[in-house]
Amino acid sequence: MVNHKIIAKNLNLWYGNSPCLKNINISIPENAVTAIMGPSGCGKSTLLRVFNRLNDLIDGTRITGEVLLDEQDIYKDMKDVFSLRKKVGMVFQKVNPFPKTIFENVVYGLKIHGWKDKAKIEKQVQKSIIDVGLWDEVKDCLHKNAFSLSGGQQQRLCIARAIAIEPEVVLFDEPCSSLDPISTAKIEQLMEELKEKYTIIIVTHNLQQAARVSDYTAFMLLGELIEFSETNQMFTTPKDKRTENYLTGKFG
Amino acid sequence: MKKNFIERLLPIFALLTWVFLFGIMLILFIEGTPIFKSVPIFRFIFGRHWYPVHEPPEFGILPLICGSLMVTVGALIIAIPFGLGCAIYLSEIANRAVREVVKPFIEMLAGVPSVVYGFFGMVLLAPMIQKIFHLSIGLTAFTASVILGVMALPTVASIAEDAISSVPKALREASFALGANQWETITRVVVPAAKSGIFAAIILGIGRAIGETMTVLMIAGCCAVITPNFFKPVRPMTATIAAEMGEAPMGSMHYHALFAIGLVLFLITIGLSLIAERFKER
Repeated sequence: MVNHKIIAKNLNLWYGNSPCLKNINISIPENAVTAIMGPSGCGKSTLLRVFNRLNDLIDGTRITGEVLLDEQDIYKDMKDVFSLRKKVGMVFQKVNPFPKTIFENVVYGLKIHGWKDKAKIEKQVQKSIIDVGLWDEVKDCLHKNAFSLSGGQQQRLCIARAIAIEPEVVLFDEPCSSLDPISTAKIEQLMEELKEKYTIIIVTHNLQQAARVSDYTAFMLLGELIEFSETNQMFTTPKDKRTENYLTGKFG
Repeated sequence: MKKNFIERLLPIFALLTWVFLFGIMLILFIEGTPIFKSVPIFRFIFGRHWYPVHEPPEFGILPLICGSLMVTVGALIIAIPFGLGCAIYLSEIANRAVREVVKPFIEMLAGVPSVVYGFFGMVLLAPMIQKIFHLSIGLTAFTASVILGVMALPTVASIAEDAISSVPKALREASFALGANQWETITRVVVPAAKSGIFAAIILGIGRAIGETMTVLMIAGCCAVITPNFFKPVRPMTATIAAEMGEAPMGSMHYHALFAIGLVLFLITIGLSLIAERFKER
């Protein structure tokens, strides 16, 4: 029996008056990679940003329904987003290291979460950078600006930054869309390793990527969750006609 | 054919700005440098007495430089915190409705003629300061600093606001996603990311304050002495030129000395502009 890390029930979301997510019910399995795919504008990124409440930043967002993280309602039971975002980290589509040094980038979240002990901080930074497989490449230039790295290295640095504060869930919002195939392969490989420790949700519009990296796949269309099942099952025997059409390239 | 003609004309207009700049510089040199024949540069710049119509006259502009520096520093002490506060509030905290109302007002503040500021300072601020601090005269370096600060504020605020709002949204999101609150995001990510633009804003603010003439002429008190006291009248370089150019006989030592002050001022502001450009490019 799989354990469910995040459960959304009857989730609706509006930007102003336009509905963006319609009655979503989904249970995200723990320590697995769940892909959310669908054509542009289907609400997949919005759904991802529900899980760390990043939609709160946008004026006029309205949400109904429940989102549970370990049986705690993240919109009602959790008083602040601070403790939620400690547990739910995020990696973005636009590679976005801070204009600081490599070291400072990883330290940032630790400082926010009150880490003071210098030795512990250094150890944690090293551990995070090792975990994303970047250590050998940057160990001699930790105090260089993060922009001196290549795009793929920068994205791995962003992953290190996210996992440094030891979240339980890591959200990936099209993390490879601006990367070359080799960097993409490295990041996909990394996700495979990270799922031992974290629950991973990845938004992608790349079908092959969803098929390669995920254990479960959700297919969304126009704000609705059309189908959610094990990835193998969805790619071989989709239940819904619309999923089949999307997978066979009839639209999207 | 017609388009060709206009196309050929446009670079000439662009070149004209160079011609004007070099023309100004040339005239300042030609008219300013003769004073150095009778007063050595060192004594001109570091001389402590400015008595241009005494017999014999003395042309030391140190009190004037100090006057300019005092009112400029005073203005910055006001313009930097208020300008940056304004910029941060507008780009990070205010909602769109507030921003759209407030921003044009800041730009309008920049459009108020300086003589109006001077008038305001003379009639309203100076008597107030005189009363509050029990001074014999309200026209002081402090008075001028306050008004110049208000004048430099829109420059600092609007350029800093541009710099801050051009920080990519992705950086703010990354910070929020790590659990940072708005204040942490502003102080640790947004402002450091915009720092070169903010430096440029400050330097252009300095340029605005140091080059201002009419206001300081009206409210700085125009007393050419070196004093560390902000509640004494001072006489900035600009005010000296404006006040005395009408009385200095053309070609006289006094006349050349005033041009030389203009040259010093010009070199300072050009230097500041160049520094600001450097920062903006980063």
